[in-house]
Amino acid sequence: MNFHAIRAIYIYEMARTRRTLLQSIVSPVLSTSLYFVVFGSAIGSRISHVGGVSYGAFIVPGLIMLGLLTQSISNASFGIFFPRFVGTIYEILSAPVSAVEIVTAYVGAAATKSVILGLITLATAAIFVRMPIIHPLWMLAFLVLTSITFSMFGFVIGIWANNFEKLQLIPLLVVTPLTFLGGSFYSIDMLPPLWRDITLFNPVVYLISGFRWSFYGISDVGVAISLGMTLVFLAACLALVIWIFRTGYRLKT
Amino acid sequence: MSPIISISHLAKTYAGGKTALRDISLDIRRGEIFALLGPNGAGKTTLISIVCGIVTPSAGTIFADGHDIVRDYRAARERIGLVPQELTVEAFETVWATVNLSRGLFGKPPNPALIEKVLRDLSLWDRKASQIRTLSGGMKRRVMIAKALSHEPRILFLDEPTAGVDVELRRDMWQLVRHLRASGTTIILTTHYLEEAEEMADRIGVIDKGELILVEDKPALMRKLGKKRLTLALAAPLAQIPAALAAYPLTLSPNKEELIYAYGENGARPGIGALLADLVKAGIVVKDLRTDESSLEDIFVGLIRRTP
Repeated sequence: MNFHAIRAIYIYEMARTRRTLLQSIVSPVLSTSLYFVVFGSAIGSRISHVGGVSYGAFIVPGLIMLGLLTQSISNASFGIFFPRFVGTIYEILSAPVSAVEIVTAYVGAAATKSVILGLITLATAAIFVRMPIIHPLWMLAFLVLTSITFSMFGFVIGIWANNFEKLQLIPLLVVTPLTFLGGSFYSIDMLPPLWRDITLFNPVVYLISGFRWSFYGISDVGVAISLGMTLVFLAACLALVIWIFRTGYRLKT
Repeated sequence: MSPIISISHLAKTYAGGKTALRDISLDIRRGEIFALLGPNGAGKTTLISIVCGIVTPSAGTIFADGHDIVRDYRAARERIGLVPQELTVEAFETVWATVNLSRGLFGKPPNPALIEKVLRDLSLWDRKASQIRTLSGGMKRRVMIAKALSHEPRILFLDEPTAGVDVELRRDMWQLVRHLRASGTTIILTTHYLEEAEEMADRIGVIDKGELILVEDKPALMRKLGKKRLTLALAAPLAQIPAALAAYPLTLSPNKEELIYAYGENGARPGIGALLADLVKAGIVVKDLRTDESSLEDIFVGLIRRTP
């Protein structure tokens, strides 16, 4: 195992994060505050409680997940896309590093940043609403697992994309809509039966549901199913990454 | 002594069907400077990229310092440094950060003292905290060399190292390459500047249309393929070459005032003394003489023209 390489890539990527630290912190704090103003005040005045939890507190796990998913994908996809774009990928391809080491370093750095941002969002939310965290360890587990999974998904997108437009395509057109429709701001039990059944095909439902359970002990689907779906998605991303490095897809000619 | 790089029956055909390399076999000796010459698209960069692990070969085997570059890629790659042709740098990183990243990537623990030495040797120390985008083209080229040297490779590939750099920097790089060779590093360089190969290389390989058409020690190559020319300025114009001198490959200049004697190809003995004596016998008075010899560039152009 080339631990020096993992460490070097990780430090390099985290340094890139530090350079944009202000923007990294201000952005989630501002967007969380805006969501509370728009959703918490406007909708919260009509829906006081969902499943026994105040509406303001109810949307917190969904808000954190929204940021977590988009940040994880964005960080990891940019991390590997940029060296491909400017050509410095040659150094990684010619270095004595395995696919596992490369992915560990890039995904590790992206997931670290996402977890930090998730915790910042949580701290911001705590200013607006009081919320219990019934299962703090499970909350952290879901936070870390989702960050890793979607960072890996972002890594795949960063390798697949051959221009900046494609880099934004899936996060904007797929992930964000799925997150909004995945029960971030409502319980899927509030939907008509047909839409509720259709929503169950949205993988983000399971992530948000499991995460919300760790806060309030309430969930749209069973927590074991949520965990299982998260692990299935993680395994799928892992399989894709392994295939990419075995075939050299978009990396080697 | 075993070769430091051993390439055997290497071939590469890209997915689009373009064949870049055909049955290349080549041994690189330890500690030598090997220059790989060839026109654009000849396959030089593909060959280097395969050895470094960036391009996948279609056939053949490569051993770097005894390690198979595919099966034992870690051991092989940690011995190799690469300075690619393109100036590929991350513009917003500092010199210090990017060079340290390179060392870590190649499995070496942090060594600030060594990185400082590398940066000082390349006159980059004063710019260590600068973002790379603020550096000149020549400085960026030095950064790429620093990155390649940061893990102390035994084999260094320089792909067109002095393309687009000014004369002063080119001289500096030649000095650096000689210094590296003196410290035991094997250097393989590709270049368009034949002057560069002539100045530095111990051996020369010529690649054209994906085939290695020649590998030779530089002095032997110059001896074998180099032509020399003796030009004799005559005291009086000569209407035609006398029959007594027919045994010599002489030509008369268009203005009839110079005799030109070509010799030296394939190591041929010139016999200049005999020619001069025969000129005297023929009553031809020589007022001046000069010699020219073909450069590596002439040899290279000649070789490329010969290949079908």
